[in-house]
Amino acid sequence: MPAANLTKILKPQNDAWVLRLYVAGQTPKSVTAFANLKRICAEHLADKYRIELIDLLENPQLARGDQIVAIPTLVRNLPVPIKKIIGDLSNTERVLVGLDLRPAAAAKR
Amino acid sequence: MKKLLNTSSNVSPLRAPNNGKYRSISLPKTPTGIRGLDEITFGGLPKGRPTLICGSAGCGKTLLSVEFLVHGATKYDEPGVFMAFEETEEDLRKNVASLGYDLKDLCDRKKLVIDHIHIERSEIEETGEYDLEGLFVRLGYAIDSIVAKRVVLDTIESIFAGLPNPSILRAELRRLFRWLKDKGVTAIVTGERGDGTLTRQGLEEYVSDCVILLDHRTREQISTRRLQIIKYRGSTHGTNEYPFLIDEHGISVLPITSIALEHKASSERISSGVTRLDTMLGGKGYYRGTSILVSGIAGTGKSSLAAHFVDAACRRGEPCIYFATEESPDLIVRNMRSIGIDLGPWVKKGLLRFDATRPTFHGLEMHLLRMHKLVRETNARVVVVDPITSYISLGDTLEVKSMLSRLIDFFKAHQITAFFTSLTEGGSALEQSEVGISSLMDTWILLRHIESNGERNRGIWVLKSRGMAHSNQIREFVFTDHGIELVDVYLGSAGVLTGTARAAQEAQEKAEALLRRQDLQRKQRNLAHRKEALEAKIAALRAEFETEKEELEKDIIEQEHHEGVLEQDRAAMAKSRKADASSNNRPNGQKGE
Repeated sequence: MPAANLTKILKPQNDAWVLRLYVAGQTPKSVTAFANLKRICAEHLADKYRIELIDLLENPQLARGDQIVAIPTLVRNLPVPIKKIIGDLSNTERVLVGLDLRPAAAAKR
Repeated sequence: MKKLLNTSSNVSPLRAPNNGKYRSISLPKTPTGIRGLDEITFGGLPKGRPTLICGSAGCGKTLLSVEFLVHGATKYDEPGVFMAFEETEEDLRKNVASLGYDLKDLCDRKKLVIDHIHIERSEIEETGEYDLEGLFVRLGYAIDSIVAKRVVLDTIESIFAGLPNPSILRAELRRLFRWLKDKGVTAIVTGERGDGTLTRQGLEEYVSDCVILLDHRTREQISTRRLQIIKYRGSTHGTNEYPFLIDEHGISVLPITSIALEHKASSERISSGVTRLDTMLGGKGYYRGTSILVSGIAGTGKSSLAAHFVDAACRRGEPCIYFATEESPDLIVRNMRSIGIDLGPWVKKGLLRFDATRPTFHGLEMHLLRMHKLVRETNARVVVVDPITSYISLGDTLEVKSMLSRLIDFFKAHQITAFFTSLTEGGSALEQSEVGISSLMDTWILLRHIESNGERNRGIWVLKSRGMAHSNQIREFVFTDHGIELVDVYLGSAGVLTGTARAAQEAQEKAEALLRRQDLQRKQRNLAHRKEALEAKIAALRAEFETEKEELEKDIIEQEHHEGVLEQDRAAMAKSRKADASSNNRPNGQKGE
């Protein structure tokens, strides 16, 4: 997927984690999800991540590639395997489970 | 294909006056292009609205949806979007390739978009509120990219398995259907059938405009697919279960019973192929477009009569179909050749088409459908079903009767003359035709063995024939090397004489006639003799009379002469005696005294 199609690319310095957040316009759910994601990443991934925010209203053709049905959907492209997390990410525990960060979080503790 | 549709719409029961009025105000519809379905929905699916197609696994939902899109793209210039929730694009393409649909080509020509939606539950974690905007976006994008008019969501319910939180999904689906309506696309939504409900997730609550149920059931090891329109808001529709067929040409639905009996009655007569049988049938044969039943026990010549009929039709150049349920076409052709009817050339010419299928090969409905299809393909004017009784094993009497009545309906509606043979069980009453189908028939001919004098002979009579003055005679017929021939009727003291008795009677009558003729000749000769004799006598008498007459005349003349002489003498004497004149007046006779 060419980078030009991405609406926003945050913290591109480290590719250990590539997270794509699919939204459709600036809906409250999208805004909440984005805020939650930034918070969780900052808390748990330090600098090792990159967030790509994709607005499907602007790039509807991108929905097909990652099999997006629900909005918002967070896709963990890297590290493999691909994981999908849907919803506004307000349940931090489940986001961590979904991102396979639970063990990491436990280790940190 | 279009032509087929047109002909089928002629049959549609909508011609009934009350319905005709209804139609004019009914919804705009989108034709599916599926044979039969457009008939029973009176035009197709509701335009710009979603239709739910539900049914259990393997009943043909996906295929029907694909056909809807393919026909839309190819025939009606309405591009379509296929959202596949279950199959991948590749699978789908392969599955319908066997029906001759090239989805890839349609996709390349921007007539079709296939979007496979894959939701893997194990990959998905729910972390809060979400909606299905992603689906909307994908669908919207696909629709806009080719300006689609048709959409299929197959099977949308599977998102319930892929995504958590059903309550959100329900709300979203409701929104989706509303959104589809707003988009103005005609949509098909498919759903798996649930326990006691039409769909597992109760989709029928959301899709309220049109619901079609597909069913696939097996009875006595014979499977039949059926389609039923559960609901069609704002439109009349056929409510029955209609069988449908999936074959190499896709789906065809069979709208069987037309509601009204409104067949046109032709007054055209066509020959039965047997001249003297035509004579029995009011002198001209069957009416075109009627149904004819010939019943009899085994070996009475039913098939031969059928072959005659077909042969006659082919001679007139009319396409025929011969549905053989017990014999192979080759066997029939060979057997008929033995009585001088050669059907082979007609088959070669393409006028006659045999269709030999074991009755148990399909269910009743499938047979019916096959017949429909074949008849439409060949434009047949004459159809033979030989024997119709083979179908009885396939269902109960009611089913068989309803199938037959639908079949007959169909034939009549298309002005096809149908010839059925019915095998009667030995021992049962001949008049008892197996499934009570005789009442559906216009002409009923019975063939039977007549047993007498230690031999069996074949008898034929017309039990009924609507609309014509048919013969009430029982006629004997024989097989000759040029087909069936009805022979003359001989009545003996014990009724109609048949076989050798007839032959004996024939000979006897011949002998009697000869005798009578000889007697007559003898009498005539006698008369002539007598006349001659009489004339000879008359001549003799006349000759005798002539001679007598001559003599008498001679006498008379002599006498007159003598008398004259005497008178002169007397006068001379009187003169000499000077007698007075008065004595001259005395008669001659007294002269001598």
